[in-house]
Amino acid sequence: MIALLKRDLALAIRAGGGFGLGLAFFLIVVTLVPFGVGPQSELLARIAPGILWLGALLACLLSLDRILALDWEDGSLDLLATAPLPMEGIVSIKALAHWLTTGLPLVLAAPVFGVLLNLAGPGFFWLTLSLAIGTPALSVIGTFGAALTVGLKRGGLLMSLLVLPLYVPTLIFGAEVARRGAEGMAVETPLMMLAGITLAVIALLPFASAAVLRVNLR
Amino acid sequence: MILQADNLTVTRGGIPVLEGVGFALPPGRALVLRGPNGIGKTTLLRTVAGLQPPLKGTLTGAGERVAYAAHADGQKATLSVEENLRFWASVFGQAEIAPALAAYQLDGLRTRAAGQLSAGQKRRLGLARLMVTARPVWVLDEPTVSLDREAVAMFAEAVRAHLAGGGSALIATHIELGLDGDALDVTPFRARPAAADDFDEVFL
Repeated sequence: MIALLKRDLALAIRAGGGFGLGLAFFLIVVTLVPFGVGPQSELLARIAPGILWLGALLACLLSLDRILALDWEDGSLDLLATAPLPMEGIVSIKALAHWLTTGLPLVLAAPVFGVLLNLAGPGFFWLTLSLAIGTPALSVIGTFGAALTVGLKRGGLLMSLLVLPLYVPTLIFGAEVARRGAEGMAVETPLMMLAGITLAVIALLPFASAAVLRVNLR
Repeated sequence: MILQADNLTVTRGGIPVLEGVGFALPPGRALVLRGPNGIGKTTLLRTVAGLQPPLKGTLTGAGERVAYAAHADGQKATLSVEENLRFWASVFGQAEIAPALAAYQLDGLRTRAAGQLSAGQKRRLGLARLMVTARPVWVLDEPTVSLDREAVAMFAEAVRAHLAGGGSALIATHIELGLDGDALDVTPFRARPAAADDFDEVFL
């Protein structure tokens, strides 16, 4: 399992691995929004938490089809399925590797990008915390979507449509934590909901992902 | 332990392609599968490897004992030959990759990225992977594709060594490897066109 994680991280960092793709996309969204909205710093500050969360979510979505599709194309998914690793473990490691290469950089970069959107002072901490808690759910749900569509030619479109509704609760509560934090309001309730969603998907979805992957490999 | 298949029916896309297949593969022996393209050799091998369940029949001695090599080699283009082999070795809980490198003469290529290898070299790397799995039953699907005569000899030698060590091999191939083993032509097992039955595709 550790070997698989190491391999996936090494592949992501090497040429053509897609590391930084999400980060670059996040940067593009965040830098372009002020140009689109116009020079109203007050309005910008108000929408900043939502834009940052949306940017992070779309950046995550962008790299989802790489999670399993590449391994399927070169046959290593078949070989992994016959290896002495449980399928649930394989999909969990895949989700973890995706989070480490996509989610974590977004979490770390978000405070920097918050400056570009004139995010209010107290919002920085809550934005980073909500992304740190919420992005693992995006990776795990995304792996489920990738498992559902693995083997389909151009499955990315279908996967985005399947995954999008599952992302809605995380987006709502994540952005709510950041918004309330930025406005100095109590954040406990949305924070609990966000953490609850993440823990639930981490606990349950790997079983679903493994089951659909087994069916898709037949 | 003998790998045994009894009255096996295997399906591709939900449609039976071979039915009533039976064979026994004791340790130290090889079994070569023959038959025309599209008859279902790959489907049978995938079933033996545990990637799909048989529709009917029983399969014993497979599961965790099988090392499977498909048409695709499953090697990452940006990792070196050595990194690829080390990865598979650690997945299967092994540490030693030197014999595998030596058997397929990959020593000189160990730092080369797998994407830079020729088709035949890639294939050799894919076959070397079997040696780092330490599994007794090799299930090989057209292993000699894109290999030259020398590499085929290396492969035959590796299989012979594996058999001598108490392993066994189930190979779908069209060329003569000169192995100590039997051949099984799967053509007679071709499934008859499915009659209407109570099999409900909705619950596949």
